[in-house]
Amino acid sequence: MQAAERRVDKSKTKHEPWRDPHAEAYVRFENITKRFGDFVAVNNVSLKIFKKEIFCLLGGSGCGKSTLLRMMAGFEAPSSGAIYLDGQDMADIPPYERPVNMMFQSYALFPHMTVEKNIAFGLEQEKGLSRSEIATRVTDILDIVKLGQFAARRPHQLSGGQRQRVALARALVKRPKLLLLDEPLGALDKKLREATQFELINIQESLGVTFIVVTHDQEEAMTLASRIGVMNRGEIVQIGTPTEIYEFPMTKFVADFIGSVNMFEGQLIEDLPDRARIQSDELGGTIFVDHGISSAPSATVWAAVRPEKINILRSPPADTKENCVKGVVKEIAYMGDVSIYLVKIDTGKTVRVTLPNVERLSDDERIAWDETVWLSWHASSPVIVTQ
Amino acid sequence: MKLATARMSRAAPGRLGPVWTFLFRYGPPRWTEYVLRNWSGQRLVIAVPYLWLLVFFLVPFLIVLKISFAEFSPLGRPPYEPVFQWLEEGALQIKLLIGSYVYLFNEPLYVSSWIYSVKVALISTLLCLCLGYPMAYAIARATPTYRNVFLMLVILPFWTSFLLRVYAWIGLLKTDGVINNFLLWLGIIDEPMSMLYTSFAVYIGIVYSYLPFMILPLYSNLEKHDNTLLEAASDLGAGPIKSFMRITLPLSFPGIVAGSLLVFIPAVGEYVIPSLLGRTDQLMVAKLLSDEFFLNRDWPKASAVAIAMLMLLVVPIMIFQHFQNKELQANRR
Repeated sequence: MQAAERRVDKSKTKHEPWRDPHAEAYVRFENITKRFGDFVAVNNVSLKIFKKEIFCLLGGSGCGKSTLLRMMAGFEAPSSGAIYLDGQDMADIPPYERPVNMMFQSYALFPHMTVEKNIAFGLEQEKGLSRSEIATRVTDILDIVKLGQFAARRPHQLSGGQRQRVALARALVKRPKLLLLDEPLGALDKKLREATQFELINIQESLGVTFIVVTHDQEEAMTLASRIGVMNRGEIVQIGTPTEIYEFPMTKFVADFIGSVNMFEGQLIEDLPDRARIQSDELGGTIFVDHGISSAPSATVWAAVRPEKINILRSPPADTKENCVKGVVKEIAYMGDVSIYLVKIDTGKTVRVTLPNVERLSDDERIAWDETVWLSWHASSPVIVTQ
Repeated sequence: MKLATARMSRAAPGRLGPVWTFLFRYGPPRWTEYVLRNWSGQRLVIAVPYLWLLVFFLVPFLIVLKISFAEFSPLGRPPYEPVFQWLEEGALQIKLLIGSYVYLFNEPLYVSSWIYSVKVALISTLLCLCLGYPMAYAIARATPTYRNVFLMLVILPFWTSFLLRVYAWIGLLKTDGVINNFLLWLGIIDEPMSMLYTSFAVYIGIVYSYLPFMILPLYSNLEKHDNTLLEAASDLGAGPIKSFMRITLPLSFPGIVAGSLLVFIPAVGEYVIPSLLGRTDQLMVAKLLSDEFFLNRDWPKASAVAIAMLMLLVVPIMIFQHFQNKELQANRR
C-alpha cells in the first residue's frame, strides 16, 4: 500500500492531540442524527476534531459523510444533537455567518465572474475590508495556488485542476477557522490528484487551518488525513490514524473497505493473553496469532490477512500446520511495481497475494499459472475481528 | 455512357461556379436528384423553413418596401403609381419617393403615436418583469408536482381566444362593470371610476395578455440554476438578498432579456388591445397603420409605417439574438 507508506513519512511531525485526554476539541459533533423522512442519513454520530487536523470522513456513497459535512457548513440542520465549533453552539447560526468555508465537490464557481471576482466574492461580504486590502489578499492567494496568470479568466476557460484550485483559493482567502472539503480531488486524473494532495497538505500546514475532508477514495484519505473516520450506513465505525485503520481494523467492514484483504471465518479454539488459535474451515487449517483476542471461547471470528503480508513458497515450509495453506495459482496480474496472484486453495477459496517485483526475473524463475504453491504468513500478520 | 460524355463536353468551357454547374449540367428534372445526392440531411432540414421564410416573409417584405417608395394615387387600383416601369424605348424607369418617410417624421400625430407606443410597450414590459420574475422564481423553486400545476395555470389562458379575453376586460373595467360595482358595494369609492378607454386599461390588457411570455423564458432560465452556487455564496458570507443580487439576478439576465423582448416587440405593434380598451384621442402606431391602409387607402404611407416599425423592432431583436447566443455558449460549457 503506497499511500500507507507515504503516511508513515509524514507522521515524523508528531501532532497527535487526540492522544491527550486533556486536549480541547476544536469541533465537536454530539449525538448528531439526521433524518430525511424515514431515512436515517446520519445516526447518532459523536466526533471530536482537533485544531490543525486534517480529518477525513471516509465511506461509500450514501453513508452520510456528505450530510455530516453539510450540517457543519449549515446547509442542513441536524434532526437532533449539537455541533460545537471552538466551544460555540452552531445550531442557530446561518451558513453565511459561520467562520467555516467549504470547497464543493462540483466547485460551485460562479460562471459569470472571473477567477479574481470569484475569489474576491467572499472578502467583499466581510465588513471593514478596503478595496486595496481585498486586492492584495486575492493576489496573495492566487500566488499560493499558482493561478496568478489566470486571474482574468472565466471558470469555463479553465481546466479541471485549475478550477479545483480556484475553488480552494476562494474558500481559503476568507481565512476560515475550519475548511470543509467535499470530495476535493474527485474530478482530477491520478497524477494530478497525487500532486494536488501534497499541495493541499503543504497549504494546510503553512496556513494552519483545520480541514475536514469527505471522500470515498481510501488512497486520498490515507495521504491527506491525520485521522480517518470510516463511516457506514450513517454511523462512524472506526476512527484512527491511517496506519491504525489499515493495520488494525476493528470490524470486517473496515478491513474490507480499506485496501483488499483475505478474510477467513473460523472458531476460536485457544485465547490466551499472548496468543490465540483459530480453527478455520474456510482455510482448512489453523491460524495462529501472537496476541490475545479476549473474546468468548469458541466464538466465531474472522481473521483478516492483507495480501502483501502473505508469502508464496514453491516448496512446503518447515511448519505446515499453522498459518500455511497449499494452493494452485489461478491468475497473475503484473502491475509493474507489484504482481497480484490469485491462488485457489484446497477448500476452494481464492486467496489474493501481492508481491513486490524486487528483482527482474526470467520467465522460468517466475511463479507460473497452475503452479502448486504454499502460502504462509507471520503470526503478527492476521488481524482478528469479531464483528 | 452517352450521357456522361455529353455532360463533360458541356462542362468543359471554363470553370463555372457551383450554381452555374447546378443549373446547366442538370436539367430541372434532375435537380431533385442532385439535391438528394449532394446535400446532407442537415442542409435539407434547414432548407425547408428557410424556403418558407423566403416565400412568405422576405418576398412580401420586399413588396411592402417597394410600395413604401411609391407615389400615392387615390383613384388608382391599386392606389399607387408603379415604381418600376418599362418605357417604350426599352428603358427601365425606377421612381423612388421618400415622401412617405419624410411625412412620418414631420407629422406630429405620427411622432406622438410613435412615442406613445414605445412608452406603453416599455412600461408594460417593466410591469410584466416586476410581476413575472417573482412568479417564475417561485415556480422554479416549487416541488416538481406543484411546478407542473403552476406552469399549467400560466399557460391555461391560452386555451381561450385572445380576442375574447380582451373583450372580457371591457366587462370588468367599464363604468358599470364588475370592478366598479364591487368597489361601490364595498363602499371604497362613492362614484364609479372611469377605467375603460384609458392608458391604464391598455396596460392592464397588455400585462395580462403577455405575462406568460415573460414568465416562461424566465422560468426556463431560473429552473436551470445550480443550487450549489447559492450555497457557495451563502458559505462565503452572502445573505439571501446579497446572494440574489450577485448570483441569481446576473445569471438570469438572458432570461430577463428574452422575456422582455417577447413582451416588448408585440406590445409596440399591439393593435387589438388599444383599439378595444385604449384612449381614442391617443393612437398607437399599429392603429395608425390600419387607419392609413383601410380608411385613407394610402398604401405607400401605410407601408412606410410598417417598414419603420420593423426597423424599430430589428434593434431589439438583434439584442435578443446576441444574448441568446451568449447563453448558448455559456450552456455549452
